[in-house]
Amino acid sequence: MNASDAAVFARAAHDSALEHVTGRARFIDDMPELPGTLEVVLVTSPHAHADIVGIDLALARASPGVHAVLTAADIPGTNDIGPITDSEPAIACDVAEYAGAPVAAVAATTFDQAFTAAGLVKVTWSQRPALLTIDEALGHEAYTSPPQTMKRGDSGAAIAGARHRISGEVRCGGQDHFYLESHIALAVPRDNGDLDVLSSTQHPTEVQHAVAAVLGIPFSSVTVEVRRMGGGFGGKESQASIIAAIAALVAAKTGLPAKLRLRRDADMIVTGKRHDGLFRYTAGFDSRGRIEGVDIMIALKAGNVADLSSSVLTRAMCHVDNCYFLPNITVRGYPCRTNTVSNTAFRGFGGPQGMLAIETVVEHVARHLGLDVDDVRDANWYGTEDRNTTPYGQQVSHNLIGTIVTRLRSAADWEGTRRDIERFNAANRTLKKGIAMMPAKFGISFNVPRLNQAGALVHVYTDGSVHLNHGGTEMGQGLFIKVAQVVASVFGIALGDVKVSATRTDKVPNTVATAASSGSDLNGMAAFNAATTIRNRMADVAARILGATVDAIEFRHGRVYAGNESLSFARLAELSWDERVSLSATGYYATPGITWDADTMTGHPAHYYTFGAAIAVVVIDTLTGESRVLKTDILQDCGASLNPAIDIGQIEGGFVQGQGWLTSEELVWNADGHLLTHGPSTYKIPGSRDVAPDFNVHILPDMPNPVPTIYRSKAVGEPPLLLAISVWLAIRDAVARLAGYRHLPRLDAPATPEAILMAVDDILARDSCR
Amino acid sequence: MAPPLNRSGQETGVRFLLNGREHVAPSALPTMTALDYLRGEAGLRGTKEGCAEGDCGACTVVMVRHGGTRPEAINACLYTLGQLDGASLVTVEGLSGRDEAPDPVQQAMISSHASQCGFCTPGFVMALWALRQEGGAPDDDAIHEALAGNLCRCTGYRPIVEAARQACRNAPPDQEVPDRATPAPQESLTTGDALWLAPATLDGLLTLKRSHSGALLLAGGTDVGLQFSKERRHAAVTISTSHVRELRLMSETADALHIGAAVTISEALPACEEAWPALGAIMRRFGSRQIRNVATVAGNLANASPIGDLAPCLMALDAALDLAGPDGERRIPLEGFFRAYRRTALGDAEVITRIRIPRPADRSVFRAWKISKRHDQDISAVIGAFRVILRDDRIADMRIAFGGMAAVPARALETERALIDQTWSEGTLRDAGGALERDFTPIDDQRASAAYRLRVAANLLIRLYRDVAGESAVEVNQT
Repeated sequence: MNASDAAVFARAAHDSALEHVTGRARFIDDMPELPGTLEVVLVTSPHAHADIVGIDLALARASPGVHAVLTAADIPGTNDIGPITDSEPAIACDVAEYAGAPVAAVAATTFDQAFTAAGLVKVTWSQRPALLTIDEALGHEAYTSPPQTMKRGDSGAAIAGARHRISGEVRCGGQDHFYLESHIALAVPRDNGDLDVLSSTQHPTEVQHAVAAVLGIPFSSVTVEVRRMGGGFGGKESQASIIAAIAALVAAKTGLPAKLRLRRDADMIVTGKRHDGLFRYTAGFDSRGRIEGVDIMIALKAGNVADLSSSVLTRAMCHVDNCYFLPNITVRGYPCRTNTVSNTAFRGFGGPQGMLAIETVVEHVARHLGLDVDDVRDANWYGTEDRNTTPYGQQVSHNLIGTIVTRLRSAADWEGTRRDIERFNAANRTLKKGIAMMPAKFGISFNVPRLNQAGALVHVYTDGSVHLNHGGTEMGQGLFIKVAQVVASVFGIALGDVKVSATRTDKVPNTVATAASSGSDLNGMAAFNAATTIRNRMADVAARILGATVDAIEFRHGRVYAGNESLSFARLAELSWDERVSLSATGYYATPGITWDADTMTGHPAHYYTFGAAIAVVVIDTLTGESRVLKTDILQDCGASLNPAIDIGQIEGGFVQGQGWLTSEELVWNADGHLLTHGPSTYKIPGSRDVAPDFNVHILPDMPNPVPTIYRSKAVGEPPLLLAISVWLAIRDAVARLAGYRHLPRLDAPATPEAILMAVDDILARDSCR
Repeated sequence: MAPPLNRSGQETGVRFLLNGREHVAPSALPTMTALDYLRGEAGLRGTKEGCAEGDCGACTVVMVRHGGTRPEAINACLYTLGQLDGASLVTVEGLSGRDEAPDPVQQAMISSHASQCGFCTPGFVMALWALRQEGGAPDDDAIHEALAGNLCRCTGYRPIVEAARQACRNAPPDQEVPDRATPAPQESLTTGDALWLAPATLDGLLTLKRSHSGALLLAGGTDVGLQFSKERRHAAVTISTSHVRELRLMSETADALHIGAAVTISEALPACEEAWPALGAIMRRFGSRQIRNVATVAGNLANASPIGDLAPCLMALDAALDLAGPDGERRIPLEGFFRAYRRTALGDAEVITRIRIPRPADRSVFRAWKISKRHDQDISAVIGAFRVILRDDRIADMRIAFGGMAAVPARALETERALIDQTWSEGTLRDAGGALERDFTPIDDQRASAAYRLRVAANLLIRLYRDVAGESAVEVNQT
């Protein structure tokens, strides 16, 4: 690999850009239906926790157009789609454990027929007590998997012996993924009981397993394909299994193609979201704010089943240090079992929650001591020579946070901006501005070592065109174009000569989810290996033809050179075939050096760390609590970016998504456990006006990854989302300024106008009692 | 296939121009949404369904009304086929055919890296295409206004706004809208058991309303349309007000502005904004451009939502409604119109014909503010509207109306009483806020708590003082 390869590092457009803008990019619901295709509608539980006493399907089955009405009793295999642990039903059997749990599937010729018939399914319920909140679950010690503890040193003694102590509590809400394309699967029966399943999933292999389990057939009987998703963000990592398994069940039972597309409200009610969190902390520190000991409790709302919650919790616990050395620390993590939808992966995967907690601790320390938050940060950064080991035992090497913070503050005119804010606030009594910097370190790799593997399949055709396939899925993040750039670079051919293709479990088997920001790290390397295998074979042929040694063969600009002699790549492909040399190869990659001991919560779970920082300036209205982000400056480490245009898009999009989580996106549940915000009319993701009008995003230049990743690039999917915590911190800063920084604002996330106004009233009331 | 003929031998079925070609939808229900029709029978699947409630914009298409020239972005998920009768519709497929060069908007989206997953993209393209047809180079505020009805979850919008700037820079209105004559709207359409009636005159409307009691009266349909798109219910008889000549009129007299009941919010906006800038600001935040291009002022009143944006504003402005029915016409003040949650004083056979807003009196000041989780395209937690007449630092008259504080939009009479004849000072307004608890007992819901609603309503009185007193920045969007 060398940096002079043409295709990588280029600002290539998304491979589907033209198809997107012309509306020709086909999503699953856009495919022409095969004759007889059935539409499926789910019947779901209206109760958060209730026994199914009886189900009467007669009316629904007799309804016009209906082909099948299926319940858990119709499942021939195992009614279990749990990604980590068992007993997570695709269709509720005997008991429904959240409002929205599927209890029956109605299949009819048209959607409207299925929709009408679904209303005719009569379920007799017997309600049971429900646990709906983190606090209730903690009180009942109800967990979806065992609580976890991460420990280093003696935090109790360190806190007791410290000169200063604080304790406190903060909460954050969950977040709906709100991918624009809601969940969908289309199952098509094939010969011998086999099935093809088109699924909007980040994890085709898991969908394959879930479908096979539910139908009781071998994995080899199920082929899952996904060309593109209309957004994923983690929401289609495990959740797609439910949808695909039910569509497949209908297809298997009826012998007809079956499509299950959740309409928006059903999608938001039936499928999981980001985990809400409750954090309690006690910290001891010296007069400079250096933390000597800290205890942190992280309680996440897992929902009714485990799903991925244990892993989300682990990642939250592994990111509670953020960029700070915490010599004595105890982190206790609780995956709280509640009778709500099972929360799941969402960009950051617990990391944002953990970092929001420690940033609150740091701010609390600063307020307690009357210090600047950033001076407290300075007192606690990870060191380079010492103080550089995480609570879980991995050394923080190649730490870039100091460089990034220094450069960002300078680029954003940190000092000048702070002076401007002080002037503005002195001159305005209604509106107040705030500013905050958010540093972030994010560990790249799945914590579970076995998940860090990938496969690819590359064919070179005799006209020189190249077909690329790998286990990663395209959800908009630009993975396909990045991997295509890698392959084009290996062969020295134009990017347009590499055909990207739909992810399929029969082309590249046994894949892992496209998740954890690892898509291009894993699949880029696997595709590199596949392409390199073919290139080496072709180089042998070229060496013979051109009368040169293999070492002298170069692939560039669509030609193959030995000194001044050359032939076209296409010609060489043809000659290779003539010589009976295989032009197809698989490639495989396993990330080296990943270890994790789940019992002691120690190991080396990150192949490397990425670093980034953001500065946000906000204004709040002290009369209404309305807020607005005025300015954002971001500097993000991407190593040697494979595609700066794509990476900038990930940074901007991730940041705005995080901003939504922390400001306008509020999931509201009523006392019966019903989600009240189940559509865009009530659940408010950011709109174009909510983005800072002054939005400056930069990639840290000239900083290739010291770890040998694909072309020394770094992952980028999740880290920028964490940087949006700067917005929340800036709002807290604006509130804290109202009382001269004498108190820590009581402001949870999301910082809605209501939350901000209450925090404003609270801090002014506390200050007047002083 | 030749469309079927009805009993009088006429063609039946909705007729419109689809991407410049005459199109007949012979067998589709008139209350089927345009989106279902496009993606279904018409086989045009570039237009996406993201929410089916008019809030995400993935289904954005562009329409030119019959006899109109203005291309208007609309949500295909809420617009019905019946409403399309006689109109011209452009979908993303109409911008560039296969193998043709992309449209300038599409090209700008590509070069700005403005699509990631691509699902929202056709909707953005169409919203921008409509913006570009307006000509000129819109500033960022205008771009945000045009895009407020489109959600993107991937990009963070920066590249889309950049594409908008690029595409609209020096863009002349380039007559890309098919200007072929659209078919004449039909006054009656039947499909199966469903009857669609689109009278051309007020007399016709009243006659039909009498002869079809129980018929669904449809104006813009951005609220009623939810029953077609999400609840999948269809009315047996629908009477559309869209083509009623008298209801499409706006008139300005020396003492009042009159808005016909079929006038859309977009159409009413310029005149309203000129007379009452604060009303204009509220109207610019009403739904989205796609919604405002279809929704009517009268519809927002007739649906009697407690959280409709226009009712409190118009109530504070002392607006009245002209109603017409079998017994003739009558005028009632707007504040007497709302009887209970979602119930009005409108008789069964009556229709709203127009809204009358009296011109501002000398020295009167009007302000209105909407509080919501998101600035654009959100439903208010609280909306407060205030009309003040000051004389020598005294409050000579004060009308206050709120939405989101009760089961109906309502005046704050106790608060008004506490203010009238008092000295105009921040202290007066602050103290009067306490009276709001006597006026209103709001509820907790997904938009806000009762406590917040009362608190923020009281604080809007303080904002009113500070704003009228000329303090420079009293709203976050002024910074």
